[in-house]
Amino acid sequence: MDLYKKTAHELSSLLQKREVSSEELTRSVLDRINKVEEKVKAFVTVTGEQALEQAREIDEKRARGEAMSPLAGIPMAMKDNICTKGVTTTCASKILYNFVPPYNATVTEKLLEAGTILLGKCNMDEFAMGSSNENSGFFPTRNPHDLSAVPGGSSGGAAAAVAADEAVFTLGSDTGGSIRQPAAFCGVVGLKPTYGYVSRYGLIAYASSLDQIGPLTKDITDCALVLNVIAGHDPKDSTSAPVEVPDFTRYLVDDVKGLKIGIPKEYMGEGIDPRIAAYLKQAAAKLEELGAMCEEVSLPHTEYALPAYYIIASAEASSNLARYDGVRYGLRVEAEDVISMFCKTRSQGFGEEVKRRIMLGTYALSSGYYDAYYLKALKVRTLIKRDFDQAFLKYDCLLTPTSPTTAFKFGEKVNDPLAMYLSDVCTIPINLAGVPGLSLPFGTVEGLPVGIQFIGKPFGEGTLLRVGYALEQNTDLTKPKAQMEGVI
Amino acid sequence: MSAQYEVVIGLEVHAELKTDTKIFCSCPTEFGGEENTHVCPVCLGLPGVLPVLNKKVLEYAVRAGLALNCEIASFSKFDRKNYFYPDLPKAYQISQYDLPICKKGYLEIEVNGRKKTIGITRVHMEEDAGKLVHGGATIATSRYSLVDYNRTGVPLIEIVSEPDMRSAEEARAYMEKLKAILEYTGVSDVRMEQGSLRCDANISLRPMGAKEFGTKTEIKNLNSFRALQKAIEYEIERQRDILEEGGKIIQETRSWDEGKGVTVSLRSKEEAHDYRYFPDPDLVPVVIDPQWVQEIRDSLPELPDAKRERLVQEMGLSEYDAGIITGSRALADFFDQVVAEYNEPKMVANWIMGEFLRLLNANNLEVAESKVKPRSLAALLKAQAEGTISGKMAKTVFEEMFETGKEPGTIIKEKGMVQISDEGALAAVVEKVIAANPQSVEDYKAGKEKAIGFLVGQVMKETKGQANPGLVNKLLKDKLG
Ligand SMILES: [Zn+2]
Repeated sequence: MDLYKKTAHELSSLLQKREVSSEELTRSVLDRINKVEEKVKAFVTVTGEQALEQAREIDEKRARGEAMSPLAGIPMAMKDNICTKGVTTTCASKILYNFVPPYNATVTEKLLEAGTILLGKCNMDEFAMGSSNENSGFFPTRNPHDLSAVPGGSSGGAAAAVAADEAVFTLGSDTGGSIRQPAAFCGVVGLKPTYGYVSRYGLIAYASSLDQIGPLTKDITDCALVLNVIAGHDPKDSTSAPVEVPDFTRYLVDDVKGLKIGIPKEYMGEGIDPRIAAYLKQAAAKLEELGAMCEEVSLPHTEYALPAYYIIASAEASSNLARYDGVRYGLRVEAEDVISMFCKTRSQGFGEEVKRRIMLGTYALSSGYYDAYYLKALKVRTLIKRDFDQAFLKYDCLLTPTSPTTAFKFGEKVNDPLAMYLSDVCTIPINLAGVPGLSLPFGTVEGLPVGIQFIGKPFGEGTLLRVGYALEQNTDLTKPKAQMEGVI
Repeated sequence: MSAQYEVVIGLEVHAELKTDTKIFCSCPTEFGGEENTHVCPVCLGLPGVLPVLNKKVLEYAVRAGLALNCEIASFSKFDRKNYFYPDLPKAYQISQYDLPICKKGYLEIEVNGRKKTIGITRVHMEEDAGKLVHGGATIATSRYSLVDYNRTGVPLIEIVSEPDMRSAEEARAYMEKLKAILEYTGVSDVRMEQGSLRCDANISLRPMGAKEFGTKTEIKNLNSFRALQKAIEYEIERQRDILEEGGKIIQETRSWDEGKGVTVSLRSKEEAHDYRYFPDPDLVPVVIDPQWVQEIRDSLPELPDAKRERLVQEMGLSEYDAGIITGSRALADFFDQVVAEYNEPKMVANWIMGEFLRLLNANNLEVAESKVKPRSLAALLKAQAEGTISGKMAKTVFEEMFETGKEPGTIIKEKGMVQISDEGALAAVVEKVIAANPQSVEDYKAGKEKAIGFLVGQVMKETKGQANPGLVNKLLKDKLG
């Protein structure tokens, strides 16, 4: 019985029936990591011993008959920008290579409370800046479907870990597509929740007004189970929404009858791989067959999203990353005076892309340029939000490709930042609008998974899960993993 | 020559708010404490942490704004002020830029009997930074520096005045009045020497009658009223000398060197930081309920100007005395409490202005640190009024009260200082003195009124100063007919 291959909900029922123990399961996943990690390189840190100890504790609790959450005993991993007390949290940056948080992020706290087992921390583009994992300050993660292809980014390690069965599920973070794009590239389910639904406390900030933590899972049901644990108001995060959180599993119904789905034409034009567009149409046809209504809609300001995003995100990043100055923690490069120490530490500690965005953001906020760039970008953001508000007056959700292409090859875009940025053109507007987006695997092109994206109303995650679940129940295109055998 | 230029001064004052906890976390704000013990991941700005506004800070800022006659914004927000410095753990300070919590206020000062209104541009909230402890004299010359983050995240309000002041005296009067108002409202400890009240001064000169402002300099490090006044006086002269020689003022930040009594250049405008202010995305905008503002307004205590008016009008104090007594809330409260026990305001004022302030100043103490409690002073004044002790004794007793904190009754008893007002007891002493000084008795009888003074003195000496001098006088006159 290859336990590591199973979904969280399958394992949950095995654990509850005591057919397997969490220790057995954790061992199975750790063995899997041992076997494939050399090829995939999804992890920055593996906490094997701690994981087994935690698993035994959970097994003991279960043996004592204590009440257990559905995810109790399930091994998972977290992107390395989510703080874990006592476990190094690096953001895949040299500047934080030795940073051990003295506290847990709220999501970490919640997942540990729910009894999940922490296997380790996943690789990423440094400080979540990138779309291929090539910007990791340590090493790139590879796509389990094709080791010469990127896993996407920035949560590339978290997506690859789930795809390669190195974790039952993972948490990633999404600022402009960083959960959904790698989920699409690696053929797993990835959800970026509504801004404010999941606490950001303990998520090392890239762009505070856009960052959101979300799950990467093997299927929609697991996505609902993880969301049940991590969503909810947190008094430690002022931007956390004071809203009630439903039981998301109640949206797992095979019924999309009467649902109105808009397909924004701006996401289907130039630059989109026609084979991906074809899959999208196939998904729409399937949904119509199941009783939903799909039609074209327009989000007219879409083309301005990318530049607005790079100004806002870089501006916030330039300030958020200023604290890495060598004074208190992380890398310090000694120098003759404090200013030189700042400069040397930051010059040597940050990678190229991080420096590029810090400079871009610093420029955009500089006196004399603020109005022309930052303020204008905020105005664009408002217009984009309005596009979505307008569309949601009529539609329950929207359907787009997750990324214009499937996973590209290593080195293909690394010297052309603009080409790299375009990889997130379908996901970025969703972060600017603060609405939820779900990437669902839907078919493959030349052996590489395709992702389709459902975009929901604020706090409309339930609808996204419902649509995703219905497709999962009615087509095998949502399960691209079968073709992975033999690669790793 | 000095009439040629008009002086223009504006002050930027930082006051630490005396909330129990810091502005964005729950660490204590308590002064002192071992280095880096009043810290947590949030105020240390560790990766991943987020700020949550302490509502008490908002309340105190609104309270201060109302006491300074400000408009309270219904919508306000926090911004990041970005700059690198080792005492600033996030490399940005959370402050307020274009939408401060309070604006358009004023306060009234009085210099040489002339009243003047000084405008207040704005009051905004921000967080304090940490403290550097250098291995050497300055950060540049030290081999190493240590940082204490205990003060990091202590709430501050910055109060920016209009450039309405025209002399060092006016600036000082503004600062004194501002300090009193902040103390009265209870939002700050206002201790300049501990740094809970800090002041920067912007100073420029312009030709008399000119509309345009001259080039200004900003003076930092003014941590006492004396420093404020001296530094401004120095800077006015420095600028005047330059202008009179046909030179140009360089816009720059200068620092007051207390020891040398001069201002020295810190950095020029060209070296000034571009703080790249932008709205802090980790905090939500502050939306103020007017009902709540009204509640705070209703809870404001009597402020210095109103109190001073009351002391003059209702208690008959002089403007000068009322001004001194209401100059600090602690002193004014002390006065009120003594008067509540012993309703002779003028007498109480004389004691406070005289003995009490003299001893406080001589011992460099604050009112709150005094061992003499209002009730005890009232008891002392009562004893004096009832004739139990003489005025001279009262001063001696007070000095001991001030030193030991003992009750006046206890001291009087311990020292046997009770005034002898018993005629029978004094009669014998009077007889004795008359018998022992026949020459003085003769002189008095011959019409030398002065001689009685000598005899009274002798009785006082015999009774170790405890005799009631008025009564002795009367007894002597009776005896000598
Ligand atoms: Zn703290």
